[in-house]
Amino acid sequence: MEREPAGTEEPRPPGRRRRREGRTRTVRSNLLPPPGAEDPAAGAAKGERRRRRGCAQHLADNRLKTTKYTLLSFLPKNLFEQFHRPANVYFVFIALLNFVPAVNAFQPGLALAPVLFILAITAFRDLWEDYSRHRSDHKINHLGCLVFSREEKKYVNRFWKEIHVGDFVRLRCNEIFPADILLLSSSDPDGLCHIETANLDGETNLKRRQVVRGFSELVSEFNPLTFTSVIECEKPNNDLSRFRGCIIHDNGKKAGLYKENLLLRGCTLRNTDAVVGIVIYAGHETKALLNNSGPRYKRSKLERQMNCDVLWCVLLLVCMSLFSAVGHGLWIWRYQEKKSLFYVPKSDGSSLSPVTAAVYSFLTMIIVLQVLIPISLYVSIEIVKACQVYFINQDMQLYDEETDSQLQCRALNITEDLGQIQYIFSDKTGTLTENKMVFRRCTVSGVEYSHDANAQRLARYQEADSEEEEVVPRGGSVSQRGSIGSHQSVRVVHRTQSTKSHRRTGSRAEAKRASMLSKHTAFSSPMEKDITPDPKLLEKVSECDKSLAVARHQEHLLAHLSPELSDVFDFFIALTICNTVVVTSPDQPRTKVRVRFELKSPVKTIEDFLRRFTPSCLTSGCSSIGSLAANKSSHKLGSSFPSTPSSDGMLLRLEERLGQPTSAIASNSYSSQADNWASELAQEQESERELRYEAESPDEAALVYAARAYNCVLVERLHDQVSVELPHLGRLTFELLHTLGFDSVRKRMSVVIRHPLTDEINVYTKGADSVVMDLLQPCSSVDARGRHQKKIRSKTQNYLNLYAAEGLRTLCIAKRVLSKEEYACWLQSHLEAESSLENSEELLFQSAIRLETNLHLLGATGIEDRLQDGVPETISKLRQAGLQIWVLTGDKQETAVNIAYACKLLDHDEEVITLNATSQEACAALLDQCLRYVQSRGLQRAPEKTKGKVSMRFSSLCPPSASTASGRRPSLVIDGRSLAYALEKNLEDKFLFLAKQCRSVLCCRSTPLQKSMVVKLVRSKLKAMTLAIGDGANDVSMIQVADVGVGISGQEGMQAVMASDFAVPKFRYLERLLILHGHWCYSRLANMVLYFFYKNTMFVGLLFWFQFFCGFSASAMIDQWYLIFFNLLFSSLPPLVTGVLDRDVPANVLLTNPQLYKSGQNMEEYRPRTFWFNMADATFQSLVCFSIPYLAYYDSNVDLFTWGTPIVTIALLTFLLHLGIETKTWTWLNWITCGFSVLLFFTVALIYNASCATCYPPSNPYWTMQALLGDPVFYLTCLMTPVAALLPRLFFRSLQGSVFPTQLQLARQLTRKSPRRCSAPKETFAQGRLPKDSGTEHSSGRTVKTSVPLSQPSWHTQQPVCSLEASGEPSTVDMSMPLREHTLLEGLSALSPMSSAPGEAVLRSPGGCPEESKVRAASTGRVTPLSSLFSLPTFSLLNWISSWSLVSRLGSVLQFSRTEQLADGQAGRGVPVQPHSGRSGLQGPDHRLLIGASSRRSQ
Amino acid sequence: MAMNYNAKDEVDGGPPCAPGGTAKTRRPDNTAFKQQRLPAWQPILTAGTVLPIFFIIGLIFIPIGIGIFVTSNNIREIEIDYTGTEPSSPCNKCLSPDVTPCFCTINFTLEKSFEGNVFMYYGLSNFYQNHRRYVKSRDDSQLNGDSSALLNPSKECEPYRRNEDKPIAPCGAIANSMFNDTLELFLIGNDSYPIPIALKKKGIAWWTDKNVKFRNPPGGDNLEERFKGTTKPVNWLKPVYMLDSDPDNNGFINEDFIVWMRTAALPTFRKLYRLIERKNDLHPTLPAGRYSLNVTYNYPVHYFDGRKRMILSTISWMGGKNPFLGIAYIAVGSISFLLGVVLLVINHKYRNSSNTADITI
Repeated sequence: MEREPAGTEEPRPPGRRRRREGRTRTVRSNLLPPPGAEDPAAGAAKGERRRRRGCAQHLADNRLKTTKYTLLSFLPKNLFEQFHRPANVYFVFIALLNFVPAVNAFQPGLALAPVLFILAITAFRDLWEDYSRHRSDHKINHLGCLVFSREEKKYVNRFWKEIHVGDFVRLRCNEIFPADILLLSSSDPDGLCHIETANLDGETNLKRRQVVRGFSELVSEFNPLTFTSVIECEKPNNDLSRFRGCIIHDNGKKAGLYKENLLLRGCTLRNTDAVVGIVIYAGHETKALLNNSGPRYKRSKLERQMNCDVLWCVLLLVCMSLFSAVGHGLWIWRYQEKKSLFYVPKSDGSSLSPVTAAVYSFLTMIIVLQVLIPISLYVSIEIVKACQVYFINQDMQLYDEETDSQLQCRALNITEDLGQIQYIFSDKTGTLTENKMVFRRCTVSGVEYSHDANAQRLARYQEADSEEEEVVPRGGSVSQRGSIGSHQSVRVVHRTQSTKSHRRTGSRAEAKRASMLSKHTAFSSPMEKDITPDPKLLEKVSECDKSLAVARHQEHLLAHLSPELSDVFDFFIALTICNTVVVTSPDQPRTKVRVRFELKSPVKTIEDFLRRFTPSCLTSGCSSIGSLAANKSSHKLGSSFPSTPSSDGMLLRLEERLGQPTSAIASNSYSSQADNWASELAQEQESERELRYEAESPDEAALVYAARAYNCVLVERLHDQVSVELPHLGRLTFELLHTLGFDSVRKRMSVVIRHPLTDEINVYTKGADSVVMDLLQPCSSVDARGRHQKKIRSKTQNYLNLYAAEGLRTLCIAKRVLSKEEYACWLQSHLEAESSLENSEELLFQSAIRLETNLHLLGATGIEDRLQDGVPETISKLRQAGLQIWVLTGDKQETAVNIAYACKLLDHDEEVITLNATSQEACAALLDQCLRYVQSRGLQRAPEKTKGKVSMRFSSLCPPSASTASGRRPSLVIDGRSLAYALEKNLEDKFLFLAKQCRSVLCCRSTPLQKSMVVKLVRSKLKAMTLAIGDGANDVSMIQVADVGVGISGQEGMQAVMASDFAVPKFRYLERLLILHGHWCYSRLANMVLYFFYKNTMFVGLLFWFQFFCGFSASAMIDQWYLIFFNLLFSSLPPLVTGVLDRDVPANVLLTNPQLYKSGQNMEEYRPRTFWFNMADATFQSLVCFSIPYLAYYDSNVDLFTWGTPIVTIALLTFLLHLGIETKTWTWLNWITCGFSVLLFFTVALIYNASCATCYPPSNPYWTMQALLGDPVFYLTCLMTPVAALLPRLFFRSLQGSVFPTQLQLARQLTRKSPRRCSAPKETFAQGRLPKDSGTEHSSGRTVKTSVPLSQPSWHTQQPVCSLEASGEPSTVDMSMPLREHTLLEGLSALSPMSSAPGEAVLRSPGGCPEESKVRAASTGRVTPLSSLFSLPTFSLLNWISSWSLVSRLGSVLQFSRTEQLADGQAGRGVPVQPHSGRSGLQGPDHRLLIGASSRRSQ
Repeated sequence: MAMNYNAKDEVDGGPPCAPGGTAKTRRPDNTAFKQQRLPAWQPILTAGTVLPIFFIIGLIFIPIGIGIFVTSNNIREIEIDYTGTEPSSPCNKCLSPDVTPCFCTINFTLEKSFEGNVFMYYGLSNFYQNHRRYVKSRDDSQLNGDSSALLNPSKECEPYRRNEDKPIAPCGAIANSMFNDTLELFLIGNDSYPIPIALKKKGIAWWTDKNVKFRNPPGGDNLEERFKGTTKPVNWLKPVYMLDSDPDNNGFINEDFIVWMRTAALPTFRKLYRLIERKNDLHPTLPAGRYSLNVTYNYPVHYFDGRKRMILSTISWMGGKNPFLGIAYIAVGSISFLLGVVLLVINHKYRNSSNTADITI
């Protein structure tokens, strides 16, 4: 419980201060008597009371309440909220105005009816929504968990809502944390527990949490009753990644609390039997809920536009009323003095002054003409939207068989926004990909193992599904299709099993097991685990294994093997141990397998360290190994633990001791192991099959599973040892000396182990090929071995390129053997680095670099990061639809870029601008550079375009892309840090401008906040419609900020879905959702809104024209009943049906021609122009509909309402016929409703006119309709007037259909004419002869093709080398340039001599072929040498050296490298790899690397 | 532990998936309606598809228009303005309020004889019977013979509700401003002895008005007694029970009154005054010749620039003379036809290009 330190009883000054500052909260155990109570017995009850009171006052309890209303507050609160809508206020105002006798136009009660009707409908809907919220809250609140009860002295089951701050909670494996809990005890002997944060951030890997220091050493089980410490921590905040505080023990000792001690609400306990913790934050104060800011009220763009037009209507209304009022004033002034017989004085007999009369008339006019503001519009829109939602929900093709879920529309009022989206912001993990990695192939020691069987196996997963799957036309070349397609459906199988078995008890046991597995293990679908080994490689592995087993006790073990075999062996060892995978056993779900060796018990004391490590120190002769422990323990706890003074002291002592050789402590671990090993083998092998691996990143797991397929099984990982089991060698236990974790800067991880067989110290490094290849041991070309090595490397590089081209994630595996001395020296410096207080991070970094050099390349792996079904196809469709897709991911850059290539977000033939900046200034400079570059490109492009003769067409349209209508716009890749800088106020405009020029944008390593900031920026600055799609909680803020938020359901985390407006089962459904339903919803609603405006204006027009003939007295010839109910009853149903069912273009045409979507983006259906056109038409029609009856009945004996009724009838018929013109599809429902409307009108009129002879003054409609029905003139006018009124519109529509049809009309016509060809390729559309043609996608493609040949001659003249490139042969241009240069051009020219120093590098003038060049820009921070090393994956060493002086001075590098323009189509696409090897011989590895990287993009 | 997951799932709005339940999926029904595949007629508006409509409209409307026009032209109608604002008019003398009662006679000639029933109207111009407050100023309950409303008329009648503390019957501005000229028609024969033409007072109001809406208050035989306690409208010369001698056409059910109470739609209107019934098939109802209209001029309209007219008209199947409707039909028909021709041209001109569009697809 929280007790604010400044309690009433004990005023404590510091506490008071804290309270004022409001920075901390203090948590005590609830089990203790409150500190202020003298008598413990009495205090207990009192304290309990106070505690409750205190909670109510200060702290949220754990009850979740998201409802808005209570039973009592519903009516007032809801009305209050409804009156926030100006329209409602307006309508009520009008209705109330009717109660004023002087101005009333209708019977007051009657006038209120529609308003009340509308308010009631809305209130009912709100009530229903609130009720469903209440239900979901109730469910969550009544989840159970174990809470320690003081009374019963044990853990008892309580509801979540009953948990309070200060309670002790015990959670078992796989339970969800009900609140933010401080971890006090874990069943794990190391005081660890693992949690899965999928509900929070969508990440399914396990995260380690640590028992609060001081509690981890407890030997006995934690007893809450003895917990007397006080916890001071931050006030509740929404920062998920930060928690600071301290715990003050009774004895006054303090211990720090960190993020590692906090278990967040919503996470799941994994892999640990049980934990106990104290609740720190509860309920709405938990970090998870604080992160969940309530959903924004979203109003669709169309609705905003409509509201704007409603305002126009209001203005029109006021104008009409004013006009009328003035007219009435004049009329009164004219007639009242003239003893006019028809002049009615005021009730007291005095005459009205014209001014008063005018004022009255004004108000009455507003009442009479109120119909102009379409009250029925709001109701109708709600209804139409509800129906649209229903239809979207019901769409079978948005139903996902595997997860048994269909698309959910969670927001009811923004369906039409789906048709107007311009930007899509997508998460990557779990959204584009399934977050499942599969080992595909590898190369070891220069030999490729293609794993054909494995590929076949993956293909089988595909086939199993493809029968069910509808045939989606797939783009791309065959090889691409193979690689992407093969993995698409595997999840399908897995999903089906999991969900169905989940639902049906009687399902197959196998499926059940699969579901169990999938539920409890991340990254372990059968597809990922069951890897079919390549027979050749398997043979080699077993050969090694055998020969090693035979020779295991001999000296120089590995020498017995051929280099290749030894590489194979090392390769698999590296795969197995170079990771952070946790091994679990399925018997006890997600508990760590612990095979306890006496020696391997957790290190508790320094003596323990020494006992264990001195032997190796002895043999190595190095003196600093012992201090390993310190560093290791700090590693284990994570870097956020600052090194404490005590550990410093320990280090000192260690070094003293290590100075003197000690020899006697023998008994090393291997021998004891070897003894135990045999006996354990048997039992281990039983469970071996069942072992599962939990990895931080899915590719790690994939590699471990791959190794397992080769019988190289990781059986156990403790923090200081790894055990691997081999069939012949048996269990090998590697002493884990050091783990250099993965970081995005180094892009690699390493483990330092001591090899049990050779007793050597080995470093295994696994990392991105770009980095690892740079770190290889330079091999002399003199001796044969070196040459062999070189050959292996170049081969490996080729294979790497091949893998990359296939869209595989590549990793290089390398090894380094350290001599003991080397290791000792390194360790020495590493420890220094660790212990250094300032910039220890950088020192550690350098230390890692020192270790990871001179590597020996073992091989490389290709892992498939599995995209979801149909992602590339969906993306390309969405692209065709004119949508810009940005990917915002928290993932690392390479992964993101890899995926982007795989899902065709980035194209290999387009340039990629990479923005990696480490400081604000650098970022600004980089942005400037890129902007100038892009602009200069645009400028150069302009003349080309005019030559190409295609330019005029699309430069004028499609506003978002108009500025960069070039064929291949570049793509932008930006990392999180640069993004943070770019989002600063002063840079955001530039960033946005640059991003706008880019075809796609990829933001890596971005935080949830950044994601939402990006979306917000685009939304506010570009005024664009945005859609955010994601699956995890890290996407929640982005989803909430975007105009339309889409959550991926079916993934584990549901937070995104909860926050979203639409939830789709998979990414690919987005295509149908947007292109089909979005378009339909938009066009339906737009047309309906326009129609309603038309209808009301037309109707009001009739009344207004009449004012000219009734002295502007606000008289109405239309009976008030008709006036009030006309909109609600008679003319509402047909437009509703049209609004719900109309399909302007058939579904298949929309799907095959995504560019039709652009009509929605460009608001073609509902523009200001359309609106005014519509209003003009309405005015015309009302004039016709008024004047024809007027002239027909002029100077006749017709009475007011007998004349008004035909006008209503005419209006109704006109409305229906107008709707008929606008309706594109006539289903039986349309016919029926139209007929029904007419019928209803006449029925109601007849009944109404017969019902009461004297009622309904003043219209007195008795028998009017009946009389009219006997009057031929009635029929004659009713026949002619609508026709006359609609002739112009019909004529215009047919003219438009023939002469200047829109895209949509064309599409419609074409389906009609050739239904068979409706699935024709989309190109034809884009080439339509319309001026409005917005098919830029294709046209732009044409531009490129024309522009390239045009620009080729100029290359020839300028640079002869360009001809090489033009013919498709790749070459590179690397330039490093100072940022201080003002323009890119200058920069290029200034640097040209320098950058042309490498023999083959070519500098072209930027005017040549700018679109092929690739900008990679990077700037370094304070420590230039370091950052410049890591900032550029394709960095060329030569260039680096050549530009070194500049770099070091300016701290940044801008590198241009050209990618070859194979995509221009002339050269073969599939052969990019071969040319490199020949050329790269001159350049050395660095250059080869660069080519490799760039050639990857050529795919 | 899966229980927790279940709960979580359900929180998310999914239907509860009972583990032991039957295989109930959320798969939507595959019906044409739900999948938006309803069979539909999809008209496409192009010149080619629409032009028949224009021609059909033209072909239908023009004959109708001609028919109406001919019918309308066959209707005999004569209109005599007797406002008397022109100094030459015999009724000019009646403009001054001093002359009461004022009689004036207007002579006119019918060029052609009027066959069949002839309707006699009085027409008023610039008379705003449709003014909002005027329209409201009546009490239908009173007119329906409700005795309480008779003595306590509706507030809507103000300021013509009570006069000298007596309720006005009929109350309201409409009744108060009732047209009270008397028109008589004489055929001036060759012997210059005017023959009065029989004008039928009854049958000019709607049947429902006369029999349902308007009723005299209940009470004794004497109409005067029934209206006891009420007073006449301010402008009226006689109380309501003295409108006519015929008890079936007196009081509230006086047809002139009923006709007047049906407020006209437009400021220029006519109201049926009398019927001249055809006597037999041999003689025209009103043979061509000279007639005189004797007017008892009570109703002042010149103050507000109004006009008074007497109209004699025969009727056809479509009512009175109305040249507009026929012309309008012909005009709309012609325009439609014309547009049809334009579309034909356009269709011809653009058919080729739409064919090419077809080819490109």
